[in-house]
Amino acid sequence: MPRSVIEKIWDAHVVADLGGGQTLLHIDRVFLHERTGPALLAGLAAAGRRPAHPEKVFGVMDHIVATTPGRSDATHSPQARGFITAFRERTRAAGVKLFDLHDKRQGIVHVVSPEQGIALPGMSLVCPDSHTGTVGGIGALAWGIGSTEGEHAVATQTLARARAPQMRVRFEGRLPAGVTAKDMVLALIAQYGTTGGALNGQGCAIEFAGPAVRALDVEGRMTLCNMTVEFGAWTGLVAPDDITLQWVAGRPFAPKSQAFDAACAHWRTLCSDDDTAWDAERVLDVSALEPHITWGTSPEHGGALSMRAPDPATQPAGSRRASVEKALAYMGLTPGAPLLGTPIDAAFIGSCTNSRLSDLRAAAAVIQGRHVAPGVKALVVPGSMPVKAAAEAEGLHRLFLAAGFEWRDSGCSLCFFSGGDSFGARADGQPLRVVSSTNRNFEGRQGPGVRTHLASPATVVASALAGCIADPRTGPP
Amino acid sequence: MESFTRIEGLAAALLREHIDTDIIIPSRDITSPARDGFGPKLFAPWRYFQGKADGPGGPERPDFVLNQEPWRAAVILIAGANFGCGSSREMAVWALRQFGLRCVIAPSFGAIFAGNCIKNGVLPVVLPAATVAALGALASVAVRPLMLAVDLHACQVEWPDGRSDSFSIGARDRDMLLAGLDEIDLTWQHRAEIEAFEAADRQQRPWVWGRDIAAPAP
Repeated sequence: MPRSVIEKIWDAHVVADLGGGQTLLHIDRVFLHERTGPALLAGLAAAGRRPAHPEKVFGVMDHIVATTPGRSDATHSPQARGFITAFRERTRAAGVKLFDLHDKRQGIVHVVSPEQGIALPGMSLVCPDSHTGTVGGIGALAWGIGSTEGEHAVATQTLARARAPQMRVRFEGRLPAGVTAKDMVLALIAQYGTTGGALNGQGCAIEFAGPAVRALDVEGRMTLCNMTVEFGAWTGLVAPDDITLQWVAGRPFAPKSQAFDAACAHWRTLCSDDDTAWDAERVLDVSALEPHITWGTSPEHGGALSMRAPDPATQPAGSRRASVEKALAYMGLTPGAPLLGTPIDAAFIGSCTNSRLSDLRAAAAVIQGRHVAPGVKALVVPGSMPVKAAAEAEGLHRLFLAAGFEWRDSGCSLCFFSGGDSFGARADGQPLRVVSSTNRNFEGRQGPGVRTHLASPATVVASALAGCIADPRTGPP
Repeated sequence: MESFTRIEGLAAALLREHIDTDIIIPSRDITSPARDGFGPKLFAPWRYFQGKADGPGGPERPDFVLNQEPWRAAVILIAGANFGCGSSREMAVWALRQFGLRCVIAPSFGAIFAGNCIKNGVLPVVLPAATVAALGALASVAVRPLMLAVDLHACQVEWPDGRSDSFSIGARDRDMLLAGLDEIDLTWQHRAEIEAFEAADRQQRPWVWGRDIAAPAP
């Protein structure tokens, strides 16, 4: 019976059939972070439970840590120090390895786990964070869970799940210059909507395939998989290939020498058989794809940079039209107005979507000696401290600093607003408009009233330099 | 976990689509690693005027449904599609539950949110969009509050006029909710199978297990 790469990984983790369509799956790695980890580990301890395999559980400080260089536990987020110190204590008590604030390997959890080689192809991996699917970029089956499920995963090294419908998303053609994996996934969500990755209300397991996916480096594949949750899918992955195996080789926690060869032999079997029966298939040709951006407050509120804000009158009456009207009002956009040229107040490069070295290289390449526009606050927050160090070794930080960007330490930072660090305020009290390389443009996500436009790192830089939403393919005037 | 068998009570409507967990409980309002104290923070950005001090503490917005009579006492929420999308933060469900809501009826849910609901005795009910819209319209009339019954034994939502709509839920989730079972205890009934899997997996995929996952030096 032909099987997909997803089924092959799934089948390799089946512990027991629980009946009622549920399967008990073994979990190879669990990652925790300081925002939800303390309550999770406290819940376990209160029930008298211990981690089944503490060596398979890892903690990372990322969600609410300060990213200002010289940082300490005294983070900007109010009352957040308690989460940091509690997580440190709880991981120690549970025997869980922690990548603490001053560890040279600290960073955003979904950047750290593959970067260190702790997450590997073919693994099952969970984390109480919805963007855990990012790790699918190396061919792992990884998904986000809640705190109670996290307790279960840590206590038993297993999780119960119903088999998800399978979807293949093929990206055909060759990506034009200046257009990136971020634009691919924004286009996918704009076309099919935030439930496009679900069938009959059930989030799918997605294999991203096709020549345009194969042509992406591993980091681009992680960007693609990062936003499967915004697509309404359970998770997504790219089957491991030579590009993946080369990327994994030599990482600190990855197997070495003969053990690596044995692993590679297994990983090479992780591809979809020719006659795999997919529950759904979506195809998108990227040959003429433009850079993409969102205009509204849902990731599906998006389109090509050249688009105009939609007119609610053209939407079907009912809750859909009401949602578009509310989104336009929140975003302060006039129906029919072009997005290009809309003035911005801030620009953000970071997050588990777009903060890896290749993202920073693509962003820095747009600068070309120019400076951030007056009045625009612009930040670069590398995805991990190793990414930061690698970028500095190439001199990228000098380009960003000379252009007027802040150059921060690693963390989730302003991908979401936790009460402390902010983009500031406008003198006229009007809401701030931000172009951001992140994954969510929800109301208030980046601060009360903040208007978020999601885009690629290149588009973020082009917009920061121009002071308005701008096309990264257009060089300096 | 908290059981759910049948509830009867007042329904409130919040029919926007894509109500995300950042709205249900903003990150800035998660100020303690404890599991309680989230009820007053539910829907904070819509429920309170945002002053200098963002979040709860500001005066209530009179235009928000859960600030209005009779819906302050709602136990069922009727919502637009993709409710609970976004962040996996389980505090979103804790906030709903601690406010007093036991059931959310919507055309679809964010998947992680729906799973989190089950673990906390809050029932996510999927009904067709047209049915949800009809229920929502009925639930928006303050002078004639909509009382619904949600029965998990029968998997039915019962309208006051005698109509009922069936919904489906996974058999294991239903059993756990009805009996209020602890899932970790349930899983340990499979301890022998877990140990057998692990013994075999150590042979088949040694790189997942070896001492190599003990930390190398930084």
